Amino acid sequence: MPIIVNGSSHALPADPRVSLLDLLRDHLELPGTKKGCNQGACGACTVLVDGERILSCLALAVQFNEREVTTIEGLARGDTLHTLQAAFIEHDGFQCGYCTPGQICSAIGLAAEARRGVPSAVSADLAAERVTLTREELQERMSGNLCRCGAYNGIIDALTETLAAEMAA
Amino acid sequence: MTPFSYARAVDGSDAVRLGAQAHAAYLGGGTNLVDLMRETVVRPAALVDVTGLSTTITDTNDGGLLIGAAVRNTALAEHSAVRTRYPVLGRAILAGASAQIRNMATVGGNLLQRTRCTYFYDVDGSRCNKRVPGTGCDALDGFNRIHAIFGASDACLATHPSDMCVALAALDATVHVTGPNGIRTIPFGDLHRLPGDHPEIETSLAPGELITAIELPPLPMMATSTYRKVRDRASYAFALVSVAAALRVEGGLVTDVRLALGGVAHKPWRAVKAEAVLLGGPATATAFRAAATAELADARPLRDNGFKIELASRTMVAVLGELAGDTV
Repeated sequence: MPIIVNGSSHALPADPRVSLLDLLRDHLELPGTKKGCNQGACGACTVLVDGERILSCLALAVQFNEREVTTIEGLARGDTLHTLQAAFIEHDGFQCGYCTPGQICSAIGLAAEARRGVPSAVSADLAAERVTLTREELQERMSGNLCRCGAYNGIIDALTETLAAEMAA
Repeated sequence: MTPFSYARAVDGSDAVRLGAQAHAAYLGGGTNLVDLMRETVVRPAALVDVTGLSTTITDTNDGGLLIGAAVRNTALAEHSAVRTRYPVLGRAILAGASAQIRNMATVGGNLLQRTRCTYFYDVDGSRCNKRVPGTGCDALDGFNRIHAIFGASDACLATHPSDMCVALAALDATVHVTGPNGIRTIPFGDLHRLPGDHPEIETSLAPGELITAIELPPLPMMATSTYRKVRDRASYAFALVSVAAALRVEGGLVTDVRLALGGVAHKPWRAVKAEAVLLGGPATATAFRAAATAELADARPLRDNGFKIELASRTMVAVLGELAGDTV
């Protein structure tokens, strides 16, 4: 029973207690995904599964048979950073960097949700087919990712430059 | 985590068969259960994965909506029928948790999530009748700011944490279940229990029963409905108080109303007294305040949560006012 991580196939763990987070970090030696609270409160462990952002700490790896997982290690192409990675550097979207892999994976999932018109708690018109990623929308949609350094303004700036600009185009 | 076996159910009867094992638990998205297992609040010996079952949302013949129990929260909130016909449900889901968690959590699991009472979670340091029946409740004399103002008992002060369930209570949804004794339906208001002497029994589901779907009735008034949640921070926090409401006003009079409160009781709290006061009366701020006062007359504040009474009252009045403004 395989799981696909950043394009490579791996066996699922025999022990069903292994979380997707521990599979990535401890078994597959991909430590880019971070363990913050390990209880679904901080978002540091956010990864993409079939393009959707989830919390890998609350996910049992055995549930992800034949699913495609993308972690922060799978975003750059060689030395070419993903546009969001570059934007986080440009806008100082971090200080210590611990939450950053989760922030960036979350932002990629956010973009996919916005493209297909998923509303948020701050969307004035729930039925609107098109999402406009205002600053308030970005803040609400990123609320599952905490940054204890408080780099939020830089993070939202990075998202505004990349995702919001793309949506408006 | 205590060791457990894992099996993925291929259909409903397979799930029920696997669920009949000793100390088995059904596993949806895992967003609550995995956390509870890691903290050893619960220790199932077998997990039956039901995420492969019932993942569709379909219109019913009478114009309602049938929602499979394994539909993810995001999928339900973004569904066009929910966004246009049942906005209260969409807004309630979007007010809960974070986007990552909504992408994982199932509808059935949302209904069966456990309280976030801190004493319930504190395995090593606190007594809890819900976690270990008969041991006592440390919230009684403890810090009980987040706890219930309606329907609590000396055994338990916990509140139900779901936002989605508050909307479903206002919607008069029906819960479809299957189990060792066959299939049946449960009116949503009868699914969750008040704590009484047995706070460990939270629902009317029998052992081994599995929620397969939620059915929404055709309810045109729900096009004018909404959900407001008041919490300690602007996003990603559980409700101190929340209000799900739908209102129909004709000629200045309230001709239909649905009101339910979250964050105030062991179950989603349908505000039947407020509804009775409002029905047939004027849609005015004075009438909305009178209705809130009637509902909250039964509230019993604890040492730290008296603020919830005023907060619930003001939130009800504000939400009703917003809906009345939409209809006149």
